[in-house]
Amino acid sequence: MISVKQVDKKFGNLTALDQVSLELKAGKSYALIGPNGSGKTTLIKSILGLVIPTSGDIVFDGESIMRDWKYREKIGYMPQIGHYPDNMRIGQLIDMMKNIRQGNPKLDEELIDAFKLYKMYDKRMHALSGGTRQKVSAALAFLFNVPVLILDEPTAGLDPVAAEILKDKILHEKHKGKLIIITSHILSDLDELATEMIYIFEGKVQYNNTIEQLKQETNESRLNKAIATLIRQKELVASVTDLT
Amino acid sequence: MTRVIKYVFYDILRTRFILMYTVFLLISTFALFQFDSDTGKVVLSLLNIVLMVVPLVSVVFATIHFFNSYEFIELMLAQPIKRSTIFMSEYLAVSFSLCTAYVVGVGVPILMFGVSPSVLTLLFTGVVLTLVFVSLAFLSSVLTRDKAKAIGIALLFWFYFSLIYDGLLLWVVYSFSDYPLEKVTLALIAFNPVDLARIVMLLQLDIAALMGYTGAFYQQFFGSSLGMLFSTSILFIWIALPITLALRIFKRKDL
Repeated sequence: MISVKQVDKKFGNLTALDQVSLELKAGKSYALIGPNGSGKTTLIKSILGLVIPTSGDIVFDGESIMRDWKYREKIGYMPQIGHYPDNMRIGQLIDMMKNIRQGNPKLDEELIDAFKLYKMYDKRMHALSGGTRQKVSAALAFLFNVPVLILDEPTAGLDPVAAEILKDKILHEKHKGKLIIITSHILSDLDELATEMIYIFEGKVQYNNTIEQLKQETNESRLNKAIATLIRQKELVASVTDLT
Repeated sequence: MTRVIKYVFYDILRTRFILMYTVFLLISTFALFQFDSDTGKVVLSLLNIVLMVVPLVSVVFATIHFFNSYEFIELMLAQPIKRSTIFMSEYLAVSFSLCTAYVVGVGVPILMFGVSPSVLTLLFTGVVLTLVFVSLAFLSSVLTRDKAKAIGIALLFWFYFSLIYDGLLLWVVYSFSDYPLEKVTLALIAFNPVDLARIVMLLQLDIAALMGYTGAFYQQFFGSSLGMLFSTSILFIWIALPITLALRIFKRKDL
């Protein structure tokens, strides 16, 4: 559904993405993992067209996104830190988004109900706590019933109850056959939510396979142990190649 | 596009700045009409407000607004909307509100005290100058990510065109006064939208000679109507050029 083809992104001297190539298929859920500043958010933003790659191409449903914008109809995006117009109320914001994205007739207001956001419709965005802001972001991402969901650290900052609601929702959508991309540092969450894993380090894709495969390769039954082993192996290989 | 414009408008109206600007213009225009009953003189005094205050307010307000709606722009960019639609909606909404404030603020007193071709030209030049400086403000806003820097650049545009450029022009004319400079000065004036607006106004008032050497020459060279046409079309280039450039930069910008 989405193919990333040899995408490079440089911010001045800093290389954020280095020859990244990926195939993301509908019906699968991908965990995007990597240390802080490894290029996860840059990759996500490139897919959304918020960041323009220095070179390379991204293809969505067979069409390059470089000159296109319509494909974003099919994407629900939950940013890591949601920035919203400060003096808008929650209700106004949700109405505005509905008004702007009129193409989707079937709205999914499940999360608005589950998070009880309608009770806070009169609150202004600048008065919201980080967690409530995350709830609004999540509700907006799922609102339009889109086939692709991109979630940048969805559960960070949410209380345990809300995090569970959101995880259930993600699983539910996954079973509907949607393409889901999640970044997170909470690996136990990803163990439940994702089936595929993409490990990015210093802008390069280091590992791209199913989580099952990774667990077999590393002889670990839990994802966080498996990844720790993977990273140690990579470091070992790197130190050996440095020596020679 | 109209949907996006609607929300930008909504945001602008909430700050009440536009309302204050309208009231300020209303009061000063009324006051000038009270001081003097001669419309010609009032227009001349108003001209000074138009040439200094309108560009300053436009450039500062547009830059601040652009940075204050960064969140909105970011949100819209993740939606199925073209980048150029978002950018031009911002531009149109900001220009339209500033122009309306100006036309109401200066136009209402004028309507009450009598309409003449010269006051209509005054309204026209004010609107054009607003558009030019909103263009420049948007250009400075996309040049940097830093709000303070962008306002700095925007103010520099204003300083340059309102104060520095004239000084430079005088210096050129003075230092090279031994040479025939008429055509050179004509060309040089085209590089300053504020001077162009002043010329449009003075040609209309038929007192171009008051502007000294260049003004007189301008009138002689073009005649009133041709001169007006020439300077107006260059003013339109001054609107279109910065905003097109800004749009091109914005389309390639990372957010």
